[in-house]
Amino acid sequence: MQELLQYIFSGLTNGAIYAVIALGFSILYGATRLINFAHGEFVMLGALGLISLWQGLKIPLAIALVLAVLGVALIGFLFERLAIRTVSRPEPIVLIIITVGASIFLRGVGMLVWGKDAHSAPAFFSFAPIDVMGAKLLVQSIWILGVVVALTFALHAFFKKTLVGKAMTAASISKKAAWLTGIPYEWMILLAFVLSTATGAVAGVIITPITMCSYDMGTLLGLKGFCSAMLGGLGSLWGALAGGIVLGVLESLGAGFLSSGYKDAIAFGLLLAILYIRPSGIFGAKDLHRF
Amino acid sequence: MRTWPTIMNRILKPALAGLICLIGFTPLAIGADAYKIGGLFSVTGRGSFLGDPEKKSMEMAIEAINQAGGIDGKLLETVIYDTEGDPQKAVSGISRLINKDEVIAIIGPSNTPPSLAVKSFAERAGVPLISCAAGITITQPVTPWTFKTAQSDAQAVSAVYAHMKGRNIKTIGILTVADSFGESGKHQLLSQAPDFGIKVVCEESFGAKDTDMTAQLTKIRKEKPDAIVCWGTNPGPAVVAKNAQQLGIDIPLYQSHGVASPNFIKLAGDASEGIYLPTGKILVAGLLPETDPQKPVLQKYIQEYESRYQQPVSGFGGYAYDAVHLLAKALKGANGDRNKIRQALENITGHVGISGVFNMSETEHNGLSPEAFVMVRIQNGTWALEP
Repeated sequence: MQELLQYIFSGLTNGAIYAVIALGFSILYGATRLINFAHGEFVMLGALGLISLWQGLKIPLAIALVLAVLGVALIGFLFERLAIRTVSRPEPIVLIIITVGASIFLRGVGMLVWGKDAHSAPAFFSFAPIDVMGAKLLVQSIWILGVVVALTFALHAFFKKTLVGKAMTAASISKKAAWLTGIPYEWMILLAFVLSTATGAVAGVIITPITMCSYDMGTLLGLKGFCSAMLGGLGSLWGALAGGIVLGVLESLGAGFLSSGYKDAIAFGLLLAILYIRPSGIFGAKDLHRF
Repeated sequence: MRTWPTIMNRILKPALAGLICLIGFTPLAIGADAYKIGGLFSVTGRGSFLGDPEKKSMEMAIEAINQAGGIDGKLLETVIYDTEGDPQKAVSGISRLINKDEVIAIIGPSNTPPSLAVKSFAERAGVPLISCAAGITITQPVTPWTFKTAQSDAQAVSAVYAHMKGRNIKTIGILTVADSFGESGKHQLLSQAPDFGIKVVCEESFGAKDTDMTAQLTKIRKEKPDAIVCWGTNPGPAVVAKNAQQLGIDIPLYQSHGVASPNFIKLAGDASEGIYLPTGKILVAGLLPETDPQKPVLQKYIQEYESRYQQPVSGFGGYAYDAVHLLAKALKGANGDRNKIRQALENITGHVGISGVFNMSETEHNGLSPEAFVMVRIQNGTWALEP
């Protein structure tokens, strides 16, 4: 029982991080039908940016958090303006290859700026872990879960209740119709990029105190996030949340009860199975049959 | 008006002759009174923490030998190529060293996979190769032309187990990284355990980039071992240390020599307190007793390296430094004959180096013993020598 609980706690923490990354994929896909393979690198930029601001420049934590997220959002803004919008024939395959190129570029920049060594940051709060029937629950984990749920609610409210959010959804459904009704289509894409990269940075900053950060951390995290987004159904916010948590818990249970050597195999096996059996994901069906 | 042959004679011919001199003869002129030694290091890329100090140490050692008059009146010349830790680049590097540069011996590569990749090239061409990588398979089984200076995992595992035996630890859980370093460590941990009366009750692994090892640690804790051994290179083991502290695991945690650097203490923070690990003596040179034969050698190397490069010495440059000095010994009297160099390398005994005391033989091309390692404990953010 103690072990089972511990696996679930650890899975929830990891799952929550995957979920935030998956949210970033879903926001962008929902608005532009584009998958940004550089998303993991934005997570890396957020994490290492926070370490530099907080530990390096000694900026107070709260301000450093905001600055790191805003800074990465700015990079996302520049990415869209310089690398995506300038493409003369924006076909999906071209754009996806651009994002792959951007991921290699950003990783290189990360290596030059932060070096090849890993970095770590102390915990945000120094509370002792909570003991639940022998299993240890980290205060940090609760905080991460809280952030993820709050973020999902906020984004949900943004897309369903605000005019801008609705305009973004409209622009993704039909570019031409949105344009006819006066929605500035290009601004919506830009906003989607900024929102998506900012959530990537959020994933980065919440992960810093619980693990080690290095310039090449983004690749695997990006893949796991993508996996979660697919699992939940690309474009669906709640799907991203559920997909992330399911993936994290399954990974952890698999490592605990089967073998830790199969941890990544579980994630990617699941991705293959989902693509094969239910390509639209757990929550994706409704989304696909919108018309 | 000049005729075409005059132009040919007066201008073109001397110019051509000059060019030929410049291109063709200059390297030969240097080559005539110098021994060319090749270097293959991962100067950039993921293994740069190995290759960079190795390249610097090799250059430093060669320069010192040249300043002292070289070997048998001949200077040493280095040709170093960057492998980037990539076996393919190492292979093209060794081909250039052998065919184009025609070196008489090669030092490197820095990592195990490139070393294994280039080994057959050195064997076929008959060029002594002194690898700086840890993998035991480089020199076991022994092949005529391949040597290595870095300590093997086998010796590190022996040092860890000997320490455990002294503390009456009977059962252990092992947690190894899923790459060549971890696999080799796991193999040694499993195969040597019976020799020390130790039982491995649980074996787990983790990915090199995993962010959380709680599940594995929980599984190990369930088996109630006397100690946990984690075998990996940064950053994974630092995550393990952090997770073990979070889970409140209070049995001893052993790490490998793969994390024996101040960076590990920095990464793991106060979670590193009390961790035991084997390390080469360079990390704790100042703490060694005066009776240790390696102490003066280590202190000389550290002092030279730090004053020359203005940066703290790393635990890895010593592999190349030892290789240069072993090679220098073997070069004496060999008159540049590769086979004589090889035989001389094989006959070196009692060479006090940075990584240990080398005793080479026909059946042993590493020549180090478990005494090349000392056990340390992390205490108050620094290393404390274990008796």
